[in-house]
Amino acid sequence: MKKIIVEGLKYKYPLAEALALNDVTFHVEQGEFIGIIGKNSAGKSTLCQALVGLVPHFYKGAYGGKVIVDGLEVKNRSIADISLKVGMVFQNPFSQVTGSKMTVYEEIAFGLENIGIPRSEIIDRIDSVLNLLKIEQVKNHNPFDLSGGQMQRMAIASIIAMKPEILVLDEPTSQLDPAGSEEVFQAIQSLSKQGITVILAEHKMEKVAQYCDRVLLLNDGKIVDFATPEKIFSREDLEEQGISAPVYTRVCKALGVKKTGTDEYPVTLEDAEKALRGRVV
Amino acid sequence: MIKVSNLSFSYGKGTPLLSGINLEFDQRSTAIIGQNGAGKTTFVKLLKGLLKADEGEVTIQDRDIKTETAAELAKTIGLVFQNPNDQIFKRSVLDEVMFGPLNIKLDKARAREYAFQALKMVELDDKLESNPHDLSLSEKKLLCIASIVAMDPDIIILDEPTIAQDHSGKEKIRQIIKTLKDRNKLVMTIIHDMDFVAENFERTIVFNEGRVLLDGDTRQVFSQKEMLEKANVEPPGITQLAEKLGFKDTILTVEEFINMK
Repeated sequence: MKKIIVEGLKYKYPLAEALALNDVTFHVEQGEFIGIIGKNSAGKSTLCQALVGLVPHFYKGAYGGKVIVDGLEVKNRSIADISLKVGMVFQNPFSQVTGSKMTVYEEIAFGLENIGIPRSEIIDRIDSVLNLLKIEQVKNHNPFDLSGGQMQRMAIASIIAMKPEILVLDEPTSQLDPAGSEEVFQAIQSLSKQGITVILAEHKMEKVAQYCDRVLLLNDGKIVDFATPEKIFSREDLEEQGISAPVYTRVCKALGVKKTGTDEYPVTLEDAEKALRGRVV
Repeated sequence: MIKVSNLSFSYGKGTPLLSGINLEFDQRSTAIIGQNGAGKTTFVKLLKGLLKADEGEVTIQDRDIKTETAAELAKTIGLVFQNPNDQIFKRSVLDEVMFGPLNIKLDKARAREYAFQALKMVELDDKLESNPHDLSLSEKKLLCIASIVAMDPDIIILDEPTIAQDHSGKEKIRQIIKTLKDRNKLVMTIIHDMDFVAENFERTIVFNEGRVLLDGDTRQVFSQKEMLEKANVEPPGITQLAEKLGFKDTILTVEEFINMK
C-alpha cells in the first residue's frame, strides 16, 4: 500500500527567488525506511516539512503539485489533522520544545493531551517512550536543563508517543554520541519493522547505508535519484552532488572492489570486510 | 599553554561530575571525545572560567584563572558553544561578530576589520547584513566560530563543530582548523565524529565518567580497542575495517588504508 505519494511538488518560500522543491515526484510503501540525503539547502528539511503540512500551511509561499500522506491530501487538510498521521522530529530539538512545560514528563504529555488521549493511556505511552529512548532518569528535569543529547532523545520520544503511522525525522541524532545514535537508530528500525513508515533526512551516510531500504538523493530541490543505498553510493557523480559516500564505499571505490556478483560497491562495514577479505593484505 | 591540576567539579551537591583531572595542553590540536554526560562540555566551561571548580586549579599561560575575570580570559581563550542559539543575540551578522572584539576593548575600526576577516574565513562575508536568526543551522555554527576567531584568542575550543554540516561544510571546518593551527593557535574540540578526529587532530583525550581514560597521539588512542570500548567509544570506520581485515598498524584515513594494502 502506498503510504506517501508526492506528485510534481513545487514549492517556493515567501520572499525567496528560487524554488526550494522543484517538481518532486516519488512514492513510498507502508513500512519502508527511507533516507533523504543531499547537501545543505538541497531541500531535505523543506521536503520533511511538506510531508507534515508545515509547508505550505505554516510557512505559506507558493505551492504546486500534490502530497498525499496516508490518504490525506496535505494541501486541503489542517496541520492538526495531518499530525494524527504523521509525526516530525525537528533538526534542532531546541526549536521543537514547547517552552511551556516544566518537566520532561509533561513535555512529552503535551502532544498527547492535545489530541485528547485518555489520562491512563497518556501515562502508559509516556512510560514506554521514556524507556525506549532511555531518559527515565531525567523525566522530572526541566527540558532546558537537559544536555543536547538528552534533549534530542526527548524530542524523539514526544513524537513517538503520538504513535504516528508515518515518522519523519530531520537529523535526529546530530547531538548524540556514537553509541547513543546507534541506540536511537535501532529504536527507529524496530518501529519500522512494526510497520511504521520512516522518512529520515541525514548527513551520517554510514547510518543511511546501514538502515535505509531506499535513499532519495536531492540536489537544488530536485530528485537526482531514488534507489537502494548500494546503487546511490556507487554513483560516480556523488562528489558533484555534494555527498561523500560512507567511508567503506570510498575505500572500495578507490581499490575498485565491488560486491561479489554485482556492479555496486559495498556500503557497510560487514559488506566491505567481505568484499576486501582476501583481496588486500 | 594550559595546565590543569587535580580538577574536580560537581553541579550542586551531587556526586562529582569531574574528579581528579590532570592535563597539560601544548600547541597540538586536540580532540576530546567520550559519551554524552562524560563531562566534556563541563570541562571546557571550567577552562574558560564559565564554571568554578570545587577543587584543583587551572593555569593558562602561567596565570591562575581564578584570579582573572571572564572578560580578561576572553582575550586568551574562546569557546564556541554547541548550540548556536545560546550564543547568538545580535540583529546582523556583522554586529554579532563585532560584539566580542568591541567587548575586549578593540576600537571600532579594528573590531570591524577582525570581524570581517573572520567572516571571510568562514565564508559568510556575503551575509554581513543578514539577521543571524535567518541563517540555517550550519551557517549559524560557522557564524559562532567567526565570533570567537574575531577576538583572536590563543586558544579556541569548538564544541561539536561538525553538527549539521554537509560534506562541503565539514571541508570548510577542516580548513578553518588548519588555518588556526598555522597561526599557532591551540585548537581544541569536543566531537562525536570519529572520522573527523582521525583525519584532523594530533592528540585525542577520552573522557569517561568524569575522568580521563586515555590521552595520547590520536593513532595511539584509536589503537586501544578495549579501553575505547570501556568508554563506549567506537574507533573510526576505516580503523575498524582495517582491524577486521588483520592490518597490523592502526589506520586512520582512507589514504593510509590504500597505501598500506
